[in-house]
Amino acid sequence: MIEVNNLELSFGEGAGSQQVLCDISFAVGKNEVFGLVGESGCGKSTVLRCIAGLYDHWTGAISVDGRPIGKTLEKSHFRQIQMVFQDPYGSLHPKHTINATLSAPLKIHKVDGIDRRISGILDQVGLPLSCRFRYPHQLSGGQRQRVAIARALILNPKLLLLDEPTSALDVSVQAEILNLLAEIRRERELSYVMVSHDLAVISHLCDRLAVMRQGRIEEILDRDTMLTGQMKGEYTRTLYDASRRYDRTVAQALAGS
Amino acid sequence: MSLIPEANDARPLIEVHNLWVRYQMRYLSMDAVRGVSFSLGREKLAIVGESGSGKSTVGRALLRLLSENARITADEMRFADVDLLKASERKMQKVRGARISMILQDPKYSLNPVITVGEQIAEAYRVHFKVGRKDARQRTLQMLEAVKIRSPERVYDLYPHQVSGGMGQRVMIAMMLIAEPDVIIADEPTSALDVTVRLQVLAILDDLVRERGIGLIFISHDLNLVRSFCDRVLIMYGGQVMETIAAKDLDNVQHPYSRGLLNSLPSLDMRRDILPVLNRDPEWMKLKEENA
Repeated sequence: MIEVNNLELSFGEGAGSQQVLCDISFAVGKNEVFGLVGESGCGKSTVLRCIAGLYDHWTGAISVDGRPIGKTLEKSHFRQIQMVFQDPYGSLHPKHTINATLSAPLKIHKVDGIDRRISGILDQVGLPLSCRFRYPHQLSGGQRQRVAIARALILNPKLLLLDEPTSALDVSVQAEILNLLAEIRRERELSYVMVSHDLAVISHLCDRLAVMRQGRIEEILDRDTMLTGQMKGEYTRTLYDASRRYDRTVAQALAGS
Repeated sequence: MSLIPEANDARPLIEVHNLWVRYQMRYLSMDAVRGVSFSLGREKLAIVGESGSGKSTVGRALLRLLSENARITADEMRFADVDLLKASERKMQKVRGARISMILQDPKYSLNPVITVGEQIAEAYRVHFKVGRKDARQRTLQMLEAVKIRSPERVYDLYPHQVSGGMGQRVMIAMMLIAEPDVIIADEPTSALDVTVRLQVLAILDDLVRERGIGLIFISHDLNLVRSFCDRVLIMYGGQVMETIAAKDLDNVQHPYSRGLLNSLPSLDMRRDILPVLNRDPEWMKLKEENA
């Protein structure tokens, strides 16, 4: 579905330039969920932003469905790829009703049947129809994230880019959103590339995952390898140990390193 | 001079009975905390709950740091020899920071951006002790070392935007500890931090409880963390304590809310395709008999 090869990106010019992505390569199959996990500043969200076209000075190759994507993105690109952002409080326009938010992509892409599509999508993401003419501040955090997912789905994309979709939510609401994402993926045969700092969340939803550190991919492994603790990389193991529980010896080892 | 129980004293540091916090608005009032009781010894006590459950309000009520329209009532709210309900504002000012201090969630927003971190810690020291600049600086450097900052001299002169999140949180801890309080209220101290940094910050708090015998109230939404870090856990919902349990028994919680909360967490130990979703029972919101 998507292939990324030798993706590199740096910010700044000359001596002050800083390379933030280095030799990133991975491929995601049809109906597969691929996770990018790592600590803050490791470049995981930046990879998504390159794919989404929010940065255009990267080098390397990204191809979607076998077609390489260029530096200037065509409209058709966005019918294939959509993105869901971390913070549902910041990613929805506060002065637009849910109806306006959801109909904007349809109008841009000149799709008809707006009315029917909006009712359909609200139903699919588990929102009552009464939400349609409300404003974001009238919804809870979980409902807002459902709206953000609905907005991403309304153009029937093949690939969703999920940037920490649940980290602003309570655990019980997180479970609802994770279930929703799993269900939508099954029904629509979507592929996801999901970014999170939470190893447990990534391991829950993803078939395979890449562990990133300082702009590089340290290790790509599948879910069962992660869940049974059979990772090869030392850094992956550190992350795994640190995510499982508070442990004085692990903490001391970290402080000493 | 100190009336604080000695470290080997088994008397609790903080005792709270039937604490209520009511926000009075023009036409309606809302109870954010309803009949919470607990006691804190020299231990790590966790208060866990979702957003809006009242867990932070409990922490702030102890220091009477709530907004003007909040009314705090309780049968008892006592810290060592101080009656926290009746103490004058002047007396509270002597408790805050010096004897009970508070670590907040995000160092980015809790530190003054235009003063170096060293100066800020030294200022906290000078507020509570009559010492000169030089002594305060010396003490600050010691404190920075105590929270495992490797080059205190260099970090002293950095501004908050120049330090990482983990270091910022250590600076906050140093600032809160410099007056040697007996109780620390940590309100989500690690949720803005990466897992590996989080572990190191927790280890510092852990050492403090062990070595100095302070009491720690750890407010968090992270059940997994609390299970391995704290001694006891209060689980809050709708302003009430649903259940109090030893952290090591957290897997055996009885209350359906606590169970639901635990089950809805994705786990690194087992695989599930669908996570059980919390079905909120309106019964849980009803005022418990013992609180009525």
